[in-house]
Amino acid sequence: MLRILQFLYRIRAFILFVFLEVAAVWMIVTNNSPQGAAFFNSSNAVVGSLLKQQADVVQFFSLADANEALTTENAEILEQLLALQVKPDSVSLPLDSAFAATYEFRGARVIGNSLRFSQNYLTINKGAKDGVKPGMGIFNPEGVVGRVKSVSENYSVAFSLLNTGLMVSSKIKSTDVFGSVQWDGKSSTEARLLFVPRHVKTQEGDTIVTSGFNAVFPEGIQIGVISKVAPNEKDPNYLDLTVKLSTDFSKVSYVYLVENTQFNELDSLNRQAEISNEY
Amino acid sequence: MNIRNLISYLLLIIFLGLVQIFFLKNLALFGVAFAFVYLLGILSLPISTRPVPVILIAFVLGFVIDLFYETIGMHTAAATFMAFARSLWLRAISPTGGYVETEEPTLSEMGFGWFLSYSLPLIFAYSLVFFTADQWGTGGLWVILNKSLFSSLFTCLLVILVQLLFFKRRRRI
Repeated sequence: MLRILQFLYRIRAFILFVFLEVAAVWMIVTNNSPQGAAFFNSSNAVVGSLLKQQADVVQFFSLADANEALTTENAEILEQLLALQVKPDSVSLPLDSAFAATYEFRGARVIGNSLRFSQNYLTINKGAKDGVKPGMGIFNPEGVVGRVKSVSENYSVAFSLLNTGLMVSSKIKSTDVFGSVQWDGKSSTEARLLFVPRHVKTQEGDTIVTSGFNAVFPEGIQIGVISKVAPNEKDPNYLDLTVKLSTDFSKVSYVYLVENTQFNELDSLNRQAEISNEY
Repeated sequence: MNIRNLISYLLLIIFLGLVQIFFLKNLALFGVAFAFVYLLGILSLPISTRPVPVILIAFVLGFVIDLFYETIGMHTAAATFMAFARSLWLRAISPTGGYVETEEPTLSEMGFGWFLSYSLPLIFAYSLVFFTADQWGTGGLWVILNKSLFSSLFTCLLVILVQLLFFKRRRRI
């Protein structure tokens, strides 16, 4: 018995190492499983506020660009608003609830970002206090940015589109053929469009937008353009499409969060019909 | 380790941690060479430190870095592994007659050649674990090796530079 204890004491460093290593691997696994609650992340108050300080300094230098982008966007929105305004002489009908606003938008600022790993995340300066919920979509005027993963009081953490675990339901704008955009972990400017059947005629330069099927993003938000079309070597039924992303992830700073107010209804309907939404 | 050394060690850790979090987080030369300069905090612990405290320090340090990197567990796993490997590697490359009790494994005390043969394999081991965890199931072996190699070279370079710039140079006998 004493021998065993002595032996264990002698290899205590190794035992401690194995124990801590297992703990670390456990943390990796919990953090990456979509259902598992992540306890430690940068939506933590201390970490969040430090990241915010850094973002305050760094983003000061890109204010001019951000301002310009906002002005351009404002102009476009004003134009659309004018087109929508009801003419005084036209007949107006009370809208059906199905036409009521399905999507709600919020503005936010990115305070933490990474693009060099294969699982990249964004930290955002809005949290549960501002009505952010897990599952909300994130985009900016350039295109889709990501999806909220977990939320704390003041901050939230989101999957970047540059995260191999995130799939965005999307379609080719000109032909309405749908598929999913997923990042392959290689270049921060390119992703792949999956599940497009072989018979579809498509070419370089076709625009890819969100399809609106998975109720996270409204239809028609830009993702990118097709930069390469090739037959898929692994699965000959599908095409291998490379998409050049329209969002420049290296300088994402101001973003919009979008919430589908009917998401729960759709989700429970899908569940009732026993359809798992694969996108 | 006396109280003075302890304070300067804590300052070093805080300094390296801040540099890592605020400046090196989004830095990757050519997309492959990452810098993990905070590893100097583990590498520069005195040779006489027992393995258990080294592993514990590495675990905590890796975890704090993870919080900011949003890569929970990855730095922790890699740093713990490196700390464990450190004690074995120090024994493997000990000079004939062993180490002097008070020696620190730093550039100024042990010389350039020894330090390189001490730090480069350890940092490479760290990078290998880190990128394996990062690329798990997505990238191939080639990507892991590529990133590990260039990251360890780059980190080693930075670690040496930090020591040349900030460490007190002791006159060698």
